Amino acid sequence: MLHYDVVVIGGGPAGLAAAIEAKKNGIDSILVIERDRELGGILQQCIHNGFGLHVFKEELTGPEYAERFIIELEEMGIEYKLDTMVLSITKDKKVTAINTSDGLMDIDAKAIVLAMGCRERTRGAINIPGSRPAGVFTAGTAQRFVNMEGYMVGKKVVILGTGDIGLIMARRMVLEGAEVLGVLARRSYPAGLTRNVVQCLEDYNIPLLLSHTVVGIEGKDRLKGVIIAQTDKNRRPIAGTEKYVECDTLLLSVGLIPENELSKGAEIELDDATGGPIVNESMETSAEGIFACGNVVHVHDIVDWVTEESQRAGKSAAKYVKNQLHSDSIEVYTQAGTGIGYVVPQRIKLDHIENALSLFMRVDKIYKDIHIVVKADDKPIKKIKKVFSTPAEMETVKVPMHILKGQEVKKITVEIQNEEA
Amino acid sequence: MKSKEMVCIVCPLGCKLEIEAIDEAEGKYKIEGYKCPRGEEYGINEFTNPTRVLTSTVKIKGAHLKRLPVKTNGVISKYLIKECMEEINAVEVEAPVKMGDVIIANILDTGVDITASRSM
Amino acid sequence: MYDAAIIGAGIIGSNIARELSKYDLKVILLEKDNDVSNGTTKANSGIVHAGYDAEPGTLKAKFNVLGNEMYEKLCRELEVPFRRIGSLVVATKEEDMETIEQLYAKGKANGVPDMKILSKEEAQKLESNLSDNIAGALYAATAGIVGSWEFAIALAENAVDNGVELRLNSEVKDIQKLEESYRLITASGEIQTKYVINAAGLFADAIHNMVSTPTFEIIPNRGQYQLFDKNSGKHVNTVVFQCPTKHGKGVVVLPTVHYNLLVGPNAEAVDSKDALDTSKEGMGFIKEKAKESVKGIRFNEVITSFSGLRAKTPSGDFIIEESKGAKGFINVAAIDSPGLTAAPAIAEYVVNLLKDIAGEFNINKNFRPNRRPSVQFAALSDEEKMKLIEKDPRYGRIICRCENITEGEIVDIIKRNAGATTVDGVKRRARPGSGRCQGGFCSPWVMEILARELNININEIVKDGKNSYILTEATKQPQVQLQEA
Repeated sequence: MLHYDVVVIGGGPAGLAAAIEAKKNGIDSILVIERDRELGGILQQCIHNGFGLHVFKEELTGPEYAERFIIELEEMGIEYKLDTMVLSITKDKKVTAINTSDGLMDIDAKAIVLAMGCRERTRGAINIPGSRPAGVFTAGTAQRFVNMEGYMVGKKVVILGTGDIGLIMARRMVLEGAEVLGVLARRSYPAGLTRNVVQCLEDYNIPLLLSHTVVGIEGKDRLKGVIIAQTDKNRRPIAGTEKYVECDTLLLSVGLIPENELSKGAEIELDDATGGPIVNESMETSAEGIFACGNVVHVHDIVDWVTEESQRAGKSAAKYVKNQLHSDSIEVYTQAGTGIGYVVPQRIKLDHIENALSLFMRVDKIYKDIHIVVKADDKPIKKIKKVFSTPAEMETVKVPMHILKGQEVKKITVEIQNEEA
Repeated sequence: MKSKEMVCIVCPLGCKLEIEAIDEAEGKYKIEGYKCPRGEEYGINEFTNPTRVLTSTVKIKGAHLKRLPVKTNGVISKYLIKECMEEINAVEVEAPVKMGDVIIANILDTGVDITASRSM
Repeated sequence: MYDAAIIGAGIIGSNIARELSKYDLKVILLEKDNDVSNGTTKANSGIVHAGYDAEPGTLKAKFNVLGNEMYEKLCRELEVPFRRIGSLVVATKEEDMETIEQLYAKGKANGVPDMKILSKEEAQKLESNLSDNIAGALYAATAGIVGSWEFAIALAENAVDNGVELRLNSEVKDIQKLEESYRLITASGEIQTKYVINAAGLFADAIHNMVSTPTFEIIPNRGQYQLFDKNSGKHVNTVVFQCPTKHGKGVVVLPTVHYNLLVGPNAEAVDSKDALDTSKEGMGFIKEKAKESVKGIRFNEVITSFSGLRAKTPSGDFIIEESKGAKGFINVAAIDSPGLTAAPAIAEYVVNLLKDIAGEFNINKNFRPNRRPSVQFAALSDEEKMKLIEKDPRYGRIICRCENITEGEIVDIIKRNAGATTVDGVKRRARPGSGRCQGGFCSPWVMEILARELNININEIVKDGKNSYILTEATKQPQVQLQEA
């Protein structure tokens, strides 16, 4: 049996930031467990720039962003194990992990930080009918092949989904000599950032097909073509609008799912809206002493927010180990009201908040000229004006602690109100 | 007269900008549709001299991966991307490489270097 | 000169090959694809039927019941996942109870043991997620589930262990009848053999027509399925059939041997023998139909959909006989449901047919009924895991994180006889890529291992069929051609 104060599961941006922050808060016995052969997680394949504007005030590529944290982690002497898979965790914080050199390890942790990230939705999950040839990839898998293994996945490409990974892969494929016939959005607007629409698609004359989807896949061995169709307001294909597009590759950028198989094993409560654990202001899950951060909690738009959230988790884990995180205070619930898809954290111990309560959320569709309103029970306590809000971006509302102090609150609701309201 | 329509990318609002050259030699432009000073600046830059950071990979030998991620350490003209890619594709480096190492100095005489995005 | 050539390495060909390997014969197993078990065998329900379905007196009835009894021993010998979990035929309305009675009577006539007609309450007690509207059910204790392609792969491997020659990528293009033998012209060369066993599945008619005037026709009939995440794997504990009506057999809801949930199939006539598509209509039908017998299926947990083709013939029964037009040429054709169940019994029968034609065979004294033992890492105790990793560290490296499959297991199934050479071949044998991420994470790793073990370039690795390449060329091609507007 190995013993550590804090075990961090996952060595991507979330795990790195959490481990570093735990160390900064006085914990020396830390272990980061990473399944891949190096630290950095998915950032290592995100070779494009645009990371770090908030954390470092400069634009970095994914690998650069990761390396800054890796260097810091190594300089701090934080222990980590690569090529190591966690098989299970329990709610009393026992971790079972495995690798080729240590074999099977039982690890006893005082606190655990879950930072396993997310996985991509697949063709099977979105049920595209047709045959099952090679040439249908999730965008992230294709990204790994192209950027890390150095192999192209095809020559004539259709991309379904206008999330940022889809847009970025469109540009990558063209720059490496492929032809991208179109990027399809099921909604009437792209899911990714405008900047990526302009710099990844428009710069390279890649057609953006709004209100379109793939309704069929053809080809026996390798993909020969896809059938695309227009979609209606409810994102359903419109019969009669089908069109055959000859291609050898279909990339799917159709959503990310927090990877919570380990959390389920520890009977941690999950939120249906986020797909991740229900957490409180300290990023503590329903299992005492088990914290979670990054995309395992909810899928973030940019890595900077992952870092910030993970620092909070790392700091909380350190406090927990040092017995400074009281567990007896009353929890307040947050609730996603009209126009809001989800709110994180889902629970709040008001007395744990130092300066301000940060609420993260996504709106459920595109809005213009609205207010995001935070209510304590039924009383509005904070109102921020938004000229524009899209589900593609996370919204953050900070409620200063002095507003909440001394209030008898049971529930904090966030909702959208029209400007007139 | 030279003119262009574009979508502003400074923030998610996506303002539709219309820009027209009044007197290019004098640097005079007419721009409409922006809602903030950053938008105005973006529009004029994008009209007169659109630039990009280019990120890509180069072949690497002796490392655990076959490709090393690289980037331009400053912006280059959007119109040089194709030629830049050809230069980048012709290079092969050998491990070890440190993040920030110059892989191609002063690419296409732009004054910008291609540098390693990570150590390997 | 071979004693026997078996055309087709599906569940039938593999069973026959393994059965023939018990004798001192020179046998070749020919497969048109690049892997065994790659046709109908890889896409079906994986049900070992009890045997009340077939009309008494048919070959289907006979071999179903006989085959069912053989499963325990075979699957134990070959380490194939098999569980006798029992089946329910659910009457979704009162008038279906008449059909239930008829099925029971047919089962009795066919010699099916351990059947019972259950009331609604009894059925619901056994299977809590049955629909609230059911009227009753027929329970058959001997029904089971098996890993169908794993079974065929294991049989082929064991056949090769025992001396059978397996030749992949060897589509039979033509057959010439010689004096006392046949010459088979295949995609990989010519072979000569005394006897031919035609187990070519969907293409058995075309193969037979190479030596005879046509006597039967194989018509493909498609069935679509949806496979669910393991979270749904315990939604039912038995194989839940619906009552056959004049509109069709209904869909089946069952757990798989790997504890996923499987729902399907529909039945649709298709024109082509490689029409392996799924359709919106087909998947919609399955979804609606399944609700009639089982409630609360979480269709948002579907991880993949697939379809399989059944080899049907209009007369309905199996065709297992020496061709009337060609001596020493045995057809084993039109093996649709319950073909998987019947396969072991069919194989014994075919070998006896061959003995009738050729006389007794000498026993293969070196026959070993077991395969080289394999490791299922996830099923080992912690101590066993530790020991194994110490001996072979590759068992300490998890490649598939959905199913916890180690590199050691993947290398093992590549190195076996009839081993994996493709990504899907690895998936069928060791399961990486069968989980919820559907290979998103592990496929690059699996490809790397395949390339290393087979000593080929990673871009030569195919997904499944010969032309199902995954990667094209390396990046960094010298000429850059950007898209024109």
